[in-house]
Amino acid sequence: MPTLTHYLVLSGVLFCIGTAGVFVRRNLITILLSIEIMLNAVNLTFVAFGRSMGSADGQIIVFFVMTVAAAEAAVGLAIVIGLFRHRESLNPDTFTSLKW
Amino acid sequence: MPAITPLLVAQLVLVVVVFHALLLSAAAMVWVERRLAAALQQRLGPIRVGWQGLLQPFADVIKLMFKEELRPKAADALLFALAPVISATCAFAAFAVVPFGARTTFFGLLSEPMLLQVADVNVAALVIFAIASMSVYGIVLAGWSSNSKYSLIGGLRSSAQMISYELSYGMALVSVLLVGNSLSLTEIVNGQAGAWFGVIPRWFIFLQPLGFLIFLTAGVAETNRAPFDFPEAEQELVAGYHTEYSSMSFAMFFLAEYVNMVTVSAVAADLFLGGWHGPFLPESLGWIWFLLKVSALLFFYVWMRWTLPRYRYDQLMKFGWKVMLPASVLNLIATAAGVLYFGG
Amino acid sequence: MTLFYVFAAVAVVASLLVIAQRNPIYSVLLLIASFGALSGLYVLLDAPFVAVTQIVVYAGAIMVLFLFVVMLLNAPHEETDYDETVHPLRRPGPMRFGAALAVALVVELLWALTKGGGETGAFPGAAVSSVRTIGRSLFTNYAFAFEVTSVLILVAMVGAVVLARREGGPSAPPSA
Repeated sequence: MPTLTHYLVLSGVLFCIGTAGVFVRRNLITILLSIEIMLNAVNLTFVAFGRSMGSADGQIIVFFVMTVAAAEAAVGLAIVIGLFRHRESLNPDTFTSLKW
Repeated sequence: MPAITPLLVAQLVLVVVVFHALLLSAAAMVWVERRLAAALQQRLGPIRVGWQGLLQPFADVIKLMFKEELRPKAADALLFALAPVISATCAFAAFAVVPFGARTTFFGLLSEPMLLQVADVNVAALVIFAIASMSVYGIVLAGWSSNSKYSLIGGLRSSAQMISYELSYGMALVSVLLVGNSLSLTEIVNGQAGAWFGVIPRWFIFLQPLGFLIFLTAGVAETNRAPFDFPEAEQELVAGYHTEYSSMSFAMFFLAEYVNMVTVSAVAADLFLGGWHGPFLPESLGWIWFLLKVSALLFFYVWMRWTLPRYRYDQLMKFGWKVMLPASVLNLIATAAGVLYFGG
Repeated sequence: MTLFYVFAAVAVVASLLVIAQRNPIYSVLLLIASFGALSGLYVLLDAPFVAVTQIVVYAGAIMVLFLFVVMLLNAPHEETDYDETVHPLRRPGPMRFGAALAVALVVELLWALTKGGGETGAFPGAAVSSVRTIGRSLFTNYAFAFEVTSVLILVAMVGAVVLARREGGPSAPPSA
């Protein structure tokens, strides 16, 4: 039977994969996807702890995290669209100067 | 390893039976649609292949199988092959949680009654909604991977339409959940047993008439059928997202469309029309009533296609956001008030 | 138990491929596969409502949003000024530092999570919640957060429309 430790290790690994994606990738959309991976790892942690403590609070917090993630994805993608229109590139290294 | 009990065997047989029933129903719908369209247009339709043209769908399938499987050179091979698979899989998967009959022991063959439902999940209504959300991907990937402008526009329009009407679909579904007081489809159907005054059956359509209309309209829009089939309109967009598909991939898209129609009709029959409950027949033969109700809804589907003109795309989107969504939200609020007032 | 390993393997492999793919569309599709595996894990954790919500909200809505944006922007493959076939830990500059940080994070998290005390035992027997209890708790204890979340979504909707609007306002035609 999987124990709490199994789930925690899995979510830790997923979180680190997401973090690595944010550090290593040079494409704005992939960076946003990596943030979603991190949020999902956190969701898994919440649900696992909620189950092990026998309360429904874990699932409720996950509900809120998902909603916030949806709002953040929408606004983040709108910003990406605006940036892309400006510079025709999705590489964050092209947006290093504050002027023009 | 679970033991090979008669119940397990019966479950496996049920899975096979349901799968083949869906395939046959798609084939039957091909025939029904063409004959009904012909009757509505005062012509004959296919009557030569087999008795009254009943073998026409099989002739069509054989023809499609012999066609050449084309793929545009610039198309993304993996996604091009994956898109019809996703469409067809989601169409079949949604039927796995739809109950179509009461608990039955098949005239004593089984030791304990088995529900005529492939998977008895207690959040069945949400699962149907979830799988409906996933079927958007088949269309959007088909449009994108074909690498042709007709396909891309058709695919994007079609998926935008589907996600817009999913909202009203969900709201109508939630209204029924309030009235039925459960998320499990089996319990909702069982809440519709019996009759008022012995005559009027306790179907939820009488408690939720607006909800039924919204659900059915949103269901028609979800399955991309007329009058909401602008994205695949032959006259405007060649064939929309399945322009570049031929042979069996095309057949899979059509299979997915017909099976989606059957699923929406089956869910509507379960939620609003009382599922397998009906007079004169014992509970264990209730699936006959279920078939009759689903057939009536499918007849309605075909009738709408060949009677109503097509919505233009912006009219379609405006209707979905400005009429259907407020109506479904108002329906939900009214239902909640009703449930509170009448004590649930 | 094997089901846990299957879902966990799918989730980890899909996530690794998400950050390794060059084509953003494949990344999005692989992430959908990862979300599906996570949904299965939620079912194993006796949380069917969260599992279905994950499919409906994440895989069915947020990823569709990502897919639309990638398709409409015709997102190019990353053009980079380094050799892509070299392992990230060997690439020059900040990327090597970032990859090394990620490895350090993995080691540290795994050490911290596995050395825990008495709580890291098996799960208690009873499954805790149905949708009814979640709903009840959501609308009584967490009612304020629920309402604030609805305002948040409204703000996000308005913000996304305003940010993505073309200069020139209402002259843009209403298209897909």
